[in-house]
Amino acid sequence: MNALRLPLSAWIGLCGIAVFAFCALFAPLISPHAPDAVMGGVWQAPDRTYLLGLDNLGRDLMSRMIYGARTTLAVALTATVAAFVMGVVLSFLAAACGGIVDMVLSRINDVMMSLPTLIFALVVLAILPQNVFVLISVMAVLGATRVFRLGRAVAMDIAVMEYTEAARLRGEGVWWIVRREFLPNTLSPLLAEFGLRFSFAVLFLSTLSFLGLGIQPPAADWGGMVKENKDGIIFGVSAALIPGGAIAVLTICVNLVTDWILRRTSSLKGGRGDA
Amino acid sequence: MYPLILRRILLSVALLFAVSVLIFLGLNALPGDFAATYLGQSATPQAIANMRAELGLDQPATLRYAEWLWGAVRGDFGNSWASGGSITAQIGARLGNTLFLAAVAAVVAVPLAIALGMISVLYRNRWPDRLISVVSLTAISLPEFFVGYLLVLVFSVRLGVSTFPSTVYEGMDFWQRLSAVLLPAATLVFGIFAHMMRMTRAAILQVMTSPYMETAELKGVPALAAIWRHAAPNALAPIINVVALNLAYLVVGVVVVEVVFVYPGMGQYMVDAVTLRDMPVVQACGLVFSAIFIFLNMLADILSIMVNPKMRHPR
Repeated sequence: MNALRLPLSAWIGLCGIAVFAFCALFAPLISPHAPDAVMGGVWQAPDRTYLLGLDNLGRDLMSRMIYGARTTLAVALTATVAAFVMGVVLSFLAAACGGIVDMVLSRINDVMMSLPTLIFALVVLAILPQNVFVLISVMAVLGATRVFRLGRAVAMDIAVMEYTEAARLRGEGVWWIVRREFLPNTLSPLLAEFGLRFSFAVLFLSTLSFLGLGIQPPAADWGGMVKENKDGIIFGVSAALIPGGAIAVLTICVNLVTDWILRRTSSLKGGRGDA
Repeated sequence: MYPLILRRILLSVALLFAVSVLIFLGLNALPGDFAATYLGQSATPQAIANMRAELGLDQPATLRYAEWLWGAVRGDFGNSWASGGSITAQIGARLGNTLFLAAVAAVVAVPLAIALGMISVLYRNRWPDRLISVVSLTAISLPEFFVGYLLVLVFSVRLGVSTFPSTVYEGMDFWQRLSAVLLPAATLVFGIFAHMMRMTRAAILQVMTSPYMETAELKGVPALAAIWRHAAPNALAPIINVVALNLAYLVVGVVVVEVVFVYPGMGQYMVDAVTLRDMPVVQACGLVFSAIFIFLNMLADILSIMVNPKMRHPR
């Protein structure tokens, strides 16, 4: 993979992701003020000290945005990684074992997927205590159902290949087949799916926080910041649009990179249309 | 064809039943007690026991499930814990509002998405296609609340041409309602047209690049006749599927949009209930949303069976 051959859109996406990741990693170093300190009047207009102005409680919006990047990215990334570990392990297991294991896992997955994600999350969050661990678990389980569907589909293609059968015949175990046959051959579509899932996770987390069911205040996260500042809209204060815009820019960047990986994958397979 | 459709309907009923088990019994299996959570940490064991008895939570879960399901089948969801009022009455009033909003959005989004998808295929890899592709990628990436508040800021606050919040109430006529849901409907359209358009484009493209379309072209069938006789019947099934799937998504997307615009629908009702941990309301709303979702998915499958010539005349 020659780095110079990246298309412009992928470059833009990667640079955008890098900027957000930098903000998240070095939040305490680059944020101009404390994220939870009251600095002045409510919804004070932007000036040279407060580049984005102040929020609904008079806290510096710029600093909260930077710390919000940290929360949003960390939670979304953890949930996506957990979803992948769960989804990939179970789907490969289903494909490798076949028979009753496959059937039980697939039917459970069908039922889980027949519920809309947001509705499922709302029902579960109504009973569980609201903390970050529960939030990540719910997001991970819901993400895993989608990963499972894709993982099983691609692993099934590999499971019927001659080389997998050969491995089976010479007595390799399930774990060996998953590790040495499935994983290397399904890496590319799974990588693209990872990007897609991550951008969904960011949107989903922000949506839950916006509804007041995600990250709880006073912690700063982008969805929650939209909720905090939404009343300002009526007075023409656009503070709520800044975190909303950040979510949008981040998802666009991730999607640009994912699009590129997908196109690369489909051309490797001889181009099965640009679906 | 009919056995296939019948099997699909039975599958949906089974699925709905499984979902109801998940919503009701699954929640009982989770750690956490309704009464304890509801009363807070300082509640005495006696208070919790009293509350459990009052809400019927001391009964076995399977018995409560049977009663709940029997009620739900007859359209009786019991009473809310928070307000004590009938849930069925609330849902009855709000479901219509939600469906109206979703219907307005669908009437605009479906033709728009299909038209853009066709233009995209017609000008494939030229600038109209690229422009539509960039716009749709952006639209997919924008959170609904961002689009919603942007529209409010521009149209209600700056230009003053629309009302906010988008309240509807008894006694409004059709046109008043329509003008009230204009902004929320626009937000929803923005949220789903891109998905629908991308899938339509892929479906049409797959048909147009198939060998039989090349044959038709090579044997000299005029372009329009080829599309009408060969492409359309085969593209219809995937397009109908895409539309129904996105309508199912629309019904869920409505939740966030209703909260943004303070619109008195099902989504707002459910989110409020979740915040208050009002379990009967959450379960009822969850079941209604799931039922709509499953029904639309079933409709998608049945319609694509019916328009598919291969399935309509099985050998």
